[in-house]
Amino acid sequence: MKFKQSSVLPGFNLALGYSLLYLSLIVLLPLTALFAKTMGLDWATFWAIVTEPRVVATYKVTFGASLIAALINLFVGMLIAWVLVRYPFPGKRFIDALVDLPFALPTAVAGIALATLYAPNGLMGEPLDKLGIKVAFTPLGIVLALTFITLPFVVRTVQPVLEDMERELEEAASSLGATRWQIFSKVILPTIFPALLTGFTLAFARAIGEFGSVIFIAGNMPFKSEITPLMIISKLEQYDYMGATAIAVVMLLVSFGLLLLINGLQWWMAKRLGRRK
Amino acid sequence: MSIEIRNIVKTFGEFKALNDLSLNVESGELVALLGPSGCGKTSLLRVIAGLETPDSGQILFHGEDTTDRHVRERQVGFVFQHYALFRHMTVFENVAFGLRVRPKSTRPSDAEIKRKVHDLLQLVQLDWLADRYPAQLSGGQRQRIALARALAVEPKVLLLDEPFGALDTKVRKELRRWLRRLHDEIHVTSVFVTHDQEEALEVADRVVVMNKGQIEQIGSPSEVYDTPASPFVYQFLGDVNLFQSRVHEGWAQVGSAKFAATETSEHATVYVRPHEIDLSRIATPGAISGTITHIRLLGATVRLEVEVPDHDVVEVELTRERQQEGAWQVAETVYLIPREAKVYATV
Repeated sequence: MKFKQSSVLPGFNLALGYSLLYLSLIVLLPLTALFAKTMGLDWATFWAIVTEPRVVATYKVTFGASLIAALINLFVGMLIAWVLVRYPFPGKRFIDALVDLPFALPTAVAGIALATLYAPNGLMGEPLDKLGIKVAFTPLGIVLALTFITLPFVVRTVQPVLEDMERELEEAASSLGATRWQIFSKVILPTIFPALLTGFTLAFARAIGEFGSVIFIAGNMPFKSEITPLMIISKLEQYDYMGATAIAVVMLLVSFGLLLLINGLQWWMAKRLGRRK
Repeated sequence: MSIEIRNIVKTFGEFKALNDLSLNVESGELVALLGPSGCGKTSLLRVIAGLETPDSGQILFHGEDTTDRHVRERQVGFVFQHYALFRHMTVFENVAFGLRVRPKSTRPSDAEIKRKVHDLLQLVQLDWLADRYPAQLSGGQRQRIALARALAVEPKVLLLDEPFGALDTKVRKELRRWLRRLHDEIHVTSVFVTHDQEEALEVADRVVVMNKGQIEQIGSPSEVYDTPASPFVYQFLGDVNLFQSRVHEGWAQVGSAKFAATETSEHATVYVRPHEIDLSRIATPGAISGTITHIRLLGATVRLEVEVPDHDVVEVELTRERQQEGAWQVAETVYLIPREAKVYATV
């Protein structure tokens, strides 16, 4: 394959140049600086910092809660997208606008609102407390905050795909004798699956990095409800820049690895569908 | 299996798509529903399939009322204009779909499915494409796969919604001949929708001409073409010249030409097809005089435009030999002699 293929669109060099420059300045430069800073540590110290039991506990909380939140939104988001696309009902536009609210709201505001609601004396927290369910200041609270923050992703990626889906596909399946469930599982789901995966990935990535909304409701108890970004902040507050960057590097690598894995899966599926050569 | 359609009414909001329509389709017949867009032909097909529910009326398959039966249970094969193939499945899996979704008790074994799908792919002459995805096929191939998929469930009735509408002219002609041959082979009762009169006349055993939610005429291709029941059918089934005229003592007069007007009305419209007009340089009784304004070559035929005083421009179609024999020139004065004409009273 040649690097540049002739195209009727002019400006390939210019456009690619700007894109690369922009990506370098905005994404690569800070990340490189991060790595460079970590290089100041020797391997043993680095390893000691990132494998400290308290830090390891935060990895589990962060990645675990993010995964659960992204999975919840995978299902709920699909359901909301389905309802918004398929059924006409009064106030639909309002609900549609509501979905974006977690994007617009400052995350700290969301965190405080959730913490107030779900605190043991809060509107939701009190009845739940009587049932023996503690939400605020537990990992459950973290999952709740992350679910709230990442709601729009799956909805907004699946919605356009569902809207574009030809109704004829379902009619064809129906005329061939498929039941409603078979139509969903064999026709609709495979069609929206790439969009679902994209939405899931975005939600997961966003949840891993989330800080503002989580710290208010998490309670931040060591080994129980501390998230990795909080570890980084607390190291920074103690002027332990090296320690902070070391943990950041681990987060970065793990996130990158996971995203790469999911992207690879998407690429493999697209290839299988014959959309790409 | 025969289809009986009784007094179907279907409205979409204010729009009456089907207005008290009744039709019988005999077993093993290939029927074309022909009409302009918005005439209700697709709605009728979808009502037969069970994809739309009629407001009132009945659909009977082989004498049995199926009006309230779900499309899943009607055993109809439906072919869509835009194929509606499942993009995430190979050609093989697309064709096998109808067999694989059957309940376990009636589902054929994998070997049986494999054999059947390959038989069908052979029938549509695309066996070699079994492992491809729909995105890798041409439009004509996709429609043949869609047809194979519909036939896989052994439908009692095959319904095709403008099956060749999205294809280019050449592929379209090939495919409609192929469909005709296929129908002669498998004899499944088929109804297909088209807005192309040539397609309807070439492929169908019987043509149903529809307009505004009602049937204008039902008949064999030659019946509807040669003896159109209404001015609408006449106009829809080919190019036509219209002469508005006054009726005088039972004769509609156009220039010096006279046409027998059967109905008693003051005004009548005379319909003459472009290829049913002879040209002459000599004024004969019953000829209409005019001036040639354009001559256009259309492959095997030549189309002349003749300006007739007090009327619209008249189109005349000649074979190339006739044009060469006559050596007709632009700006020449000619006399038009209609060989055939049909007179309808103007209301």
